[in-house]
Amino acid sequence: MKKQNTIIVGLAVLAAVSAAFWLLLVAPGFSGNEINMPRGVTAQSMMNYDLHMMMLWICVVIGILVFSAMFFSIVLHRKSRGYEAAKFTHSTKAEIVWSVIPVLILVGMAIPATTALVHMEINPETEITIKITGFQWRWKYEYLEDDVSFISSLASSSNAARMLDSATDPATVENYLLDVDKRLVLPVDTKIKFLITADDVIHSWWVPALGWKRDAVPGFINEGWTEISETGVYRGQCAELCGKDHGFMPIVLEAKSKSDYQAWLAAMKRQTADQASDEQRLWSLAELMQHGESVYTTQCAACHQADGSGLAPAFPALTGSAVINGPIDEQINVVMNGRAGTAMQAFSNTLSAADIAAALTYTRNAFGQKEDAVVQPQTIARIKNGQLSANL
Amino acid sequence: MTTHTQAIDHAHAGDQAHANDHGGHHDHKPTGFLDRWLYTTNHKDIGTLYLVFSLIMFLIGGSMAMVIRAELFMPGLQLVEPDFYNQMTTMHALIMVFGAIMPAWVGFANWMIPMMIGAPDMALPRLNNWSFWILPFAFTMLLSTLFMDSGGPAAGWTLYPPLSLQGGQSFAFVVFAIHMMGISSIMGSINVIATILNMRAPGMTLLRMPLFVWTWLITAFLLIAVMPVLAGAVTMLLTDHFFGTSFFNAAGGGDPVMFQHIFWFFGHPEVYIMILPAFGVVSEIIPTFARKPLFGYSAMVYATASIAFLSFIVWAHHMFTVGMPLSGALFFMYATMLIAVPTGVKVFNWVSTMWQGSMTFETPMLFAIGFVVLFTIGGLSGLMLAIASVDLQYHDTYFVVAHFHYVLVPGSVFALMAGTYYWLPKWSGHMYSERWGKIHFWISAISVNILFFPQHYLGLAGMPRRIPDYSVQFADFNMLSSIGGFIFGASQLIFVGVIIHCIYRSRVKASDRVWEGARGLEWTLSSPPPYHSFNTPPPINNKTIAHADEYAH
Repeated sequence: MKKQNTIIVGLAVLAAVSAAFWLLLVAPGFSGNEINMPRGVTAQSMMNYDLHMMMLWICVVIGILVFSAMFFSIVLHRKSRGYEAAKFTHSTKAEIVWSVIPVLILVGMAIPATTALVHMEINPETEITIKITGFQWRWKYEYLEDDVSFISSLASSSNAARMLDSATDPATVENYLLDVDKRLVLPVDTKIKFLITADDVIHSWWVPALGWKRDAVPGFINEGWTEISETGVYRGQCAELCGKDHGFMPIVLEAKSKSDYQAWLAAMKRQTADQASDEQRLWSLAELMQHGESVYTTQCAACHQADGSGLAPAFPALTGSAVINGPIDEQINVVMNGRAGTAMQAFSNTLSAADIAAALTYTRNAFGQKEDAVVQPQTIARIKNGQLSANL
Repeated sequence: MTTHTQAIDHAHAGDQAHANDHGGHHDHKPTGFLDRWLYTTNHKDIGTLYLVFSLIMFLIGGSMAMVIRAELFMPGLQLVEPDFYNQMTTMHALIMVFGAIMPAWVGFANWMIPMMIGAPDMALPRLNNWSFWILPFAFTMLLSTLFMDSGGPAAGWTLYPPLSLQGGQSFAFVVFAIHMMGISSIMGSINVIATILNMRAPGMTLLRMPLFVWTWLITAFLLIAVMPVLAGAVTMLLTDHFFGTSFFNAAGGGDPVMFQHIFWFFGHPEVYIMILPAFGVVSEIIPTFARKPLFGYSAMVYATASIAFLSFIVWAHHMFTVGMPLSGALFFMYATMLIAVPTGVKVFNWVSTMWQGSMTFETPMLFAIGFVVLFTIGGLSGLMLAIASVDLQYHDTYFVVAHFHYVLVPGSVFALMAGTYYWLPKWSGHMYSERWGKIHFWISAISVNILFFPQHYLGLAGMPRRIPDYSVQFADFNMLSSIGGFIFGASQLIFVGVIIHCIYRSRVKASDRVWEGARGLEWTLSSPPPYHSFNTPPPINNKTIAHADEYAH
């Protein structure tokens, strides 16, 4: 009779503990929320997903066994039921058993874990190389074989909605905080190598669907590789705290078929050539102001604010600033080379000559007293090429 | 076993001299407020100072967590600018780690170690006074940075360069505050080691010491080993920032990743500094309320020592994404996985202690059981994080946030609360309100899970940590987590209320033994205990030792 009771209590506790785990791990998914790691679209991401699930289930089984034993004891071995305490203090046999079994389980885990890591870390022969550079707070992508490069920043719709005083409901913004102005476009079924680095502080490049993240460390180049199996748009974010706008430098990767990718690449090359010729002509003040405003909004306004008032103390105001009102050489120097030890980066790395010239013209006219001050893209292009001294 | 029943052992004549000064009036306390608290060299008064200080820091750090959860309640920025948000996450961590959990454990060490080993006081009383009184100044300095022009530190508590070097002039205050906390910890540890190794009553051999004393002895060695490493790391940050050195600046020949290696060489043992004393407290409480000796006492001691050793060789598992050689990643993965073995032994031994006990469930036991269950969940997610290739997905997401909060909040903090309820009647001489203690436990235990469990899903679904705003797909679980956070935060006011009531209002006198199943030297003293614990070394025998493998044979 007593033994039967014990078995019933044991089964009831086991069922209750298992149900608790089920409620915690499975039920939340029914509400339509994503609660698990994505399977992703690369061999690495699928390997990691399988490993993750294996680990999860092993942990769940261990948890169910340990907690069931404990709650069984809590239910039965209590003073209020008149249970008399046993006297045993140790059991060498039991202790050996529960040291050795975990070791065996660990070995069982370590084998697939090692295989996955080796697969991920040993780079195969690749066909395309993309250099990724993290900046505060945007990504630069360079297609090294094709001489195409661009900067990818948070989409302006998200950027406007995320401001503290914005009246926009984030739910009305498509892909809020996970959308960019220019996507990283890659072909499917192609082995791609990534060279990952940073310009200012440490960032981390992470697209969950690829199955890994890698830190972008200034002064060092990390490698990663991928081979995407499905076309589609995959979104990710910077994963290493990199300053105030760390939460606002998403990554959007668009995987296209090989032929679509080639078409996109050709269009990008044309655009690059157009841009180069654009830099050689003379721009009107109105053109520079118009382009400058858009550059200012995406590149400068996060810190210096849309009205140039800055964000004290780290981000100085432009209105009334000595640099804006002083000689142009100093401003060119600051914008192109940055200010060491601050968040002001060297924009000659990330912006085209036309962008820089337009931004300079815009800031001097919008926030300074130098009415009609014009900086031509030509001038900046010559400084970039070393034909003019940067430290004018 | 042999019993040591001699009441007076003249082997410790030196200690006796001090004790004899106080003769028959050994309960006198200094009367003036400054004399009592500022100049005190008494282990109990200093212990109280540490505990009160850490409770205040717990509430300050907790209110910062409330700011964080309030901002994360909904997508979009509603309350604070991102830079201030980063200051909150950074300060929350620094205050909770260095201001709340660590000093609270030193407070427990001060109160309990002399009473548990049969000593009159700590070995180095003046050093003890100094190591406490450094702390209020260190934290005043740290907190003052929030009111400076350049704001508080905002690069995360890990202070990774180059980001941390972008901070303004206030950074120097942060570095000096960390130096002072380190000095305090090192002096506290020297005192703990000196006390345990020199002041044990005759017959209190090392393998008869209560487990809390053992875990603190090992913790103290960890502290002495790693706090200087942290001091070196932040000093290099200081000179990089203000004196133009390039330790961590690649452009000057330095290496930003080197900082991470140095930091985590401190940081990983630091994790165990916060949890080992918790293991000790739980190992005291469970046998008391199971009315059954601790299962596998020696195994517990050796497991603690193994964990401490392993904690020195696993640091780079915090850095799998920085880019390290395959062999390095494999080494750190295997070493990390190994920690599961001694940790498993501990959990199994706690469960075996309960097994066939005669259990009752007063508040300390509830918190101890909560600790075992929820710490184990944190330990299991830790095992998942050890798998290097999957860590490339988990790293720096809310999955990690959930993991370390499970081991720190329902881990360390629950053990601190369990210990407080367990020994508060001994300290104050009064019983706390059992009903409010239980209310505190149940609200805390439920809300802490509402707070942290959904963060596992958020991390797996792709939400990075340390972001002030998030995509709308993460909205539901963030709101749930915030609601749990607000309840958990508010329920800690019950804890404060129970303590104040117990000390100043409770009319129920505590007996000397307090708990029916309590064993160990501290329970042979009156409640509250005399100002100097043991003027003569107590007899060490089967009746007075807390636990040992030989016990009860």
